[in-house]
Amino acid sequence: MLALVDCNNFYVSCERVFNPALEGKPVVVLSNNDGCVVARSPEAKALGIKMGTPIFQLRDAIAQHRIQVYSSNYTLYGDMSQRVMEVLSGFTPSIEVYSIDEAFLDFSGFAGRDLTAYGQTIRQTVRQWTGIPVSVGVGATKTLAKLANRQAKRSGSGVCVLEPERVETVLEAIALEDIWGIGRRYAVSLQSYGINTALDLQQADLDWVKQRYGIVMVRLVYELRGVSCLPLELVTPPKKSLMVSRSFGQTVTTLADLKGAIATFVSRAAEKLRRHQLNASVMTVFASSSRFQGEYYSRGATVSLLVATNQTPELLAGAMEGVERLYQPGVAFKRAGVLMQGLTPEQAVQMALWDSCVGEASPLENRLRQQALMQTVDRINQQFGAGTLRFGIQGFCQPWALQSERRSPRYTTCWKSLLEV
Amino acid sequence: MVCELPLYLVHISAGFPSPAEDYIEGSLDLNRHLIKHPAASFFVRVTGDSMIQAGIHSGDLLLVDRALEARSGRVVIAVVNGELTVKRLYQRQGRLFLVPENPDYEPLEITEAMDFQVWGVVTTVIHAV
Repeated sequence: MLALVDCNNFYVSCERVFNPALEGKPVVVLSNNDGCVVARSPEAKALGIKMGTPIFQLRDAIAQHRIQVYSSNYTLYGDMSQRVMEVLSGFTPSIEVYSIDEAFLDFSGFAGRDLTAYGQTIRQTVRQWTGIPVSVGVGATKTLAKLANRQAKRSGSGVCVLEPERVETVLEAIALEDIWGIGRRYAVSLQSYGINTALDLQQADLDWVKQRYGIVMVRLVYELRGVSCLPLELVTPPKKSLMVSRSFGQTVTTLADLKGAIATFVSRAAEKLRRHQLNASVMTVFASSSRFQGEYYSRGATVSLLVATNQTPELLAGAMEGVERLYQPGVAFKRAGVLMQGLTPEQAVQMALWDSCVGEASPLENRLRQQALMQTVDRINQQFGAGTLRFGIQGFCQPWALQSERRSPRYTTCWKSLLEV
Repeated sequence: MVCELPLYLVHISAGFPSPAEDYIEGSLDLNRHLIKHPAASFFVRVTGDSMIQAGIHSGDLLLVDRALEARSGRVVIAVVNGELTVKRLYQRQGRLFLVPENPDYEPLEITEAMDFQVWGVVTTVIHAV
């Protein structure tokens, strides 16, 4: 057996840990740029607010029902997620962190144990240690654990163990769209063959499923039958690429502002590369206008780096060349970003034949000196807050910067923003 | 420009090893000393002087461990009707109190009508002298 542990309304729950007065009130958290709703408290769901609703459509509801609105605070959510995962890893020999708010826990070898009681212990411990409410679904496969988790949320008990002898009764009441991995189009197609419930699909003829839908659907049918086809992924595969991309608070039309924005994203990406001890050998910068206003414009420019690097100045130099290539006067840019590819471990640097020499210093000495500089910059920014030290080209007043007017403090990662009692 | 290619990528230092090398035991880590449950530990900052006789001053940092059980006599962070506060928790004959440590403040009895919850247990005060 394995369990799927899922944090309830995770972003809202994080806000509530540090602001208990939000308990019992309708709360929503907005996407990057304060665009639309990405998390809702049960009270907000009860008011009929749907995921993805643009904030401007909610103005009346917010005033009428006193809905508490927050910008997303990913620094806080990331830290709270790590805490939840750390607590969970105490309950199982192996854990797969599936997303910021979900993890699969291996329960094989737990035969004879009361898994419902164990699930309750997990729930209570996570709640006490971190303040985050979670639901626990247990089943023979990932797909069944996911369905059990849904039942756990619905029943209100927070834990649901789908024993093999109970699976069929439960599947009978589950619609196709509620199965992990089945979208609406597949559901409609299956229904045209008389397959209407999860149970119908579980009992479908495998040869027919394979011929009509292919191997992915066959795996799903096996999973519903309790035969595990999706193993736990215990080790996250090394990153193949890394992207930093944002939409702008207000559109950008000048080359200087676009350079400033992309330079900021490149610096951020370089920081991430250094944190993961990776170098990039290829970099793509891109920018686009709004899809909803005027003619859509979208361009990218790829820059090959002579030597794989994670040093901000080298990456900035390449990126700025790229920006000159994709910039188009008269276009109102709404979004931009950078994609780092060809990632290699930092230790294995292939030096260029014509790598630069400065004065007496050898190319290697230059690189080491440069690395020491970036380490110092990273340390200062860690201590005094992101962006304390930055490159001039990033600009001072960043008119394009994200709107996150209603972001809560970074309670757990910044000394200046601690919770006050 | 002529470019010199380095022969060795690592500098090898000549000389004698330090005689203290065998005796190095690592340094003292305050985090490991104070924080027993990292996932459940939070820092909060004090405002106000209601706990001054417990050595908790306005502006101090408190280390809070949510994994600990809130027993009677412990200093806790409590939530009363949505408000966070630091007080000593007392249980007497089935009644529950939040007690300040400053004669200017009155103890608060927790009643059924209140929305009450212990947020975490305070383990350490960090006070700059």
